[in-house]
Amino acid sequence: MNKKIALIGNQNCGKTTLFNALTGSSQHVGNFPGVTVEQKRGFIKKHKDEFELIDLPGIYSLSPYTSEEIVSIQFLLEEQPDLIINIVDATNIERNLYLTMQLMELNIPIILVLNMMDEVISSGNCIDIDGLKERLGMRVVPISASKNEGIEDVITAIEKTLENPGRHLDLCHGPVHKAIHSISHIVEQKAHILHLPVRYCVTKLIEGDEDMFKTLDVNDNDRHIIEHILEGMEQESGTDREAALVDMRYSFIEEVCYYCVFTECETKEQVRSEKIDSLLTHKYLGIPIFILIMLMIFYLTFYLIGAPLQDLMDNLIGMISQNIIQLLEHYHVAYWLRALIGDGILAGVGSVLSFLPVIVILFFFLSLLEDSGYMARVAFVMDKALRKIGLSGRSFVPMLIGFGCSVPAIMATRTLSSDRDRKMTIVLTPFMSCSAKLPIYGMIIAAFFPHKAAIVMITIYCIGILVAIISALLLKSTIFLGEPVPFVLELPAYRIPTIKNVVLNVWDKAKDFIHKAFTVIFIASIVIWFLQSFNFTFDMIEDSSQSILAAIGSFVAPIFKPLGFSDWRASTALMTGITAKESVVSTLTVLTQAATTTSLNNALATIFTPLSAFTFLVFTVLYMPCIAAFAATKRELGSWWQAISTVLFQTGMAYIVAFVIYQIGSLFL
Amino acid sequence: MTLDEILPGGLVEIVSVGGEGLLRRRLLEMGLTPKTKVKVRKVAPMGDPIEVYLRSYVLTLRKDDASKIAVKEVCNE
Repeated sequence: MNKKIALIGNQNCGKTTLFNALTGSSQHVGNFPGVTVEQKRGFIKKHKDEFELIDLPGIYSLSPYTSEEIVSIQFLLEEQPDLIINIVDATNIERNLYLTMQLMELNIPIILVLNMMDEVISSGNCIDIDGLKERLGMRVVPISASKNEGIEDVITAIEKTLENPGRHLDLCHGPVHKAIHSISHIVEQKAHILHLPVRYCVTKLIEGDEDMFKTLDVNDNDRHIIEHILEGMEQESGTDREAALVDMRYSFIEEVCYYCVFTECETKEQVRSEKIDSLLTHKYLGIPIFILIMLMIFYLTFYLIGAPLQDLMDNLIGMISQNIIQLLEHYHVAYWLRALIGDGILAGVGSVLSFLPVIVILFFFLSLLEDSGYMARVAFVMDKALRKIGLSGRSFVPMLIGFGCSVPAIMATRTLSSDRDRKMTIVLTPFMSCSAKLPIYGMIIAAFFPHKAAIVMITIYCIGILVAIISALLLKSTIFLGEPVPFVLELPAYRIPTIKNVVLNVWDKAKDFIHKAFTVIFIASIVIWFLQSFNFTFDMIEDSSQSILAAIGSFVAPIFKPLGFSDWRASTALMTGITAKESVVSTLTVLTQAATTTSLNNALATIFTPLSAFTFLVFTVLYMPCIAAFAATKRELGSWWQAISTVLFQTGMAYIVAFVIYQIGSLFL
Repeated sequence: MTLDEILPGGLVEIVSVGGEGLLRRRLLEMGLTPKTKVKVRKVAPMGDPIEVYLRSYVLTLRKDDASKIAVKEVCNE
């Protein structure tokens, strides 16, 4: 029999680590609030095909405040799991138990997992596990997920609880208690019919949730009575209904903690974090340090480690390609097939694959920042600057990831608590020049600006950022009116990222990239090769200027004349760049039939002038992202219309900016 | 007195939480309930937001939002 088990907990409490430990599956773990944006499922070890574990997003409460909270509450109500594993950070138990209090209203058996017990104990603090069990009326299991301690106990507790769920205690007291029970009587029957937990319904009604009034179809008379009860409660408790409800939960938690949690001092990790923060979020040093860290990461990624590895990869791929081609010649494979494999697939996929080392290194550093807890500090330090353009510090992280790849960046926007911030960040993130565009810069710079590589590169990145800022100001005062959401964010204790988590994350990204190379880009390479090797009568041609692709490219080309590049090969490359940005490079290489770097440079000189080469770069950095990023945009925005408007906006901005630069540049050059 | 006016190092007790809607509920749910002791630890490099310590954890919030929280000073232990 298949049992559904939901894993739920606050952000930064080690939930994903526990998920990995319980299921043995790989999933990314981070310290930045809300890194778990996708719902993941896996079977619990030793209980394959029997106990299914569902990883819910890291949330602080069940109020429908962020999309993650909405997803979680919907899952719990609609799918009705057989068991909830509620993981809490034992070093921060008070606030973590708030969610537990809400979960207890759902009438689903709960196992409370106290994570980071090692930190509690090593700091000389102590938690009475048996006492907690008794007071909360549920099984309590102490573990340290990062050290893999206590995982077996969790599995045992799951087995036992599924056999014998036990009963929840009635936990409220005082005036709120009275109100809850009075209202329960009114809506009980309706809730039962709808299979909704009564207690949950009642607290929603107390919070004034209009949807719940509608769901339960509360008539005017009952509504009047409920209002009367609540007014009485407010009078008796001396505060409004919302505060009274939260206060009741926290008073209960405080009482539990008073008897069961003995905290003599802050944990060592908390003391250490305060010391680290005295430097990293320092009044004057905080921002320079942040810039320094970013510069260092980019330097390491793109020069010191990345460049030699990329050369190595390049040579390796070249060698393999050559061997394959020789092998094909040896066996007298038909000319067209040899051309397809050699000029089409190997050239196209190879040029993209050589980029793998850089992606791996960048994501290695990004996951270090995320898992260590520094990303939350970035939000703290940068919030004020981003607020000026109508966003919050949280948007900084997706944008930062955008420099690596727009796809995970756009997916990471799901952690933003407001719809408005999320949409705006999705629109702006692709302006952050993603790493897939680097080969394009590399190619153009090598051909036109070999001695000004650094300046051109920095200028291109800055233009992207500048256009994002201008767009933000534009959007803020037109489409996305209104105030950004409140910024209430936990700064988790710094923790040393575990190698396992970092490696798993990097591996995921690498897998994704290789997958992209062998699917989207593989197919694109074949299609492009076909389009550029055949004419409309499907005869294979020698001169690619007679090809189908040339015809399409030539048709579009005049549009780009005001930007300085009207050669059909440039417009064709931009079109294939929509499949994946790296394709711009492979297309230009294939179309110019350049076998060596020198011949490519010479060929490019016939397509661009230095100025139009620069505007081509500007257009490339700004125009619509690749199809994978478009797919992510569509999924996160939830509508085709909005996704298409987004890429039209991006391409429009690209055209305008490139146009202005070319026209002004022409005056001076 | 409101929370945004407290200088780093100051220890205060929350008197009431103002504001409305989701912001207010989020502040309450994050543990900023009346009678909770809060220590202001830091101001971000650009002067906003602030960093506070309560219920054994560190929270950051903007001065605008902190100005909705009425507090009173308590003696530093």
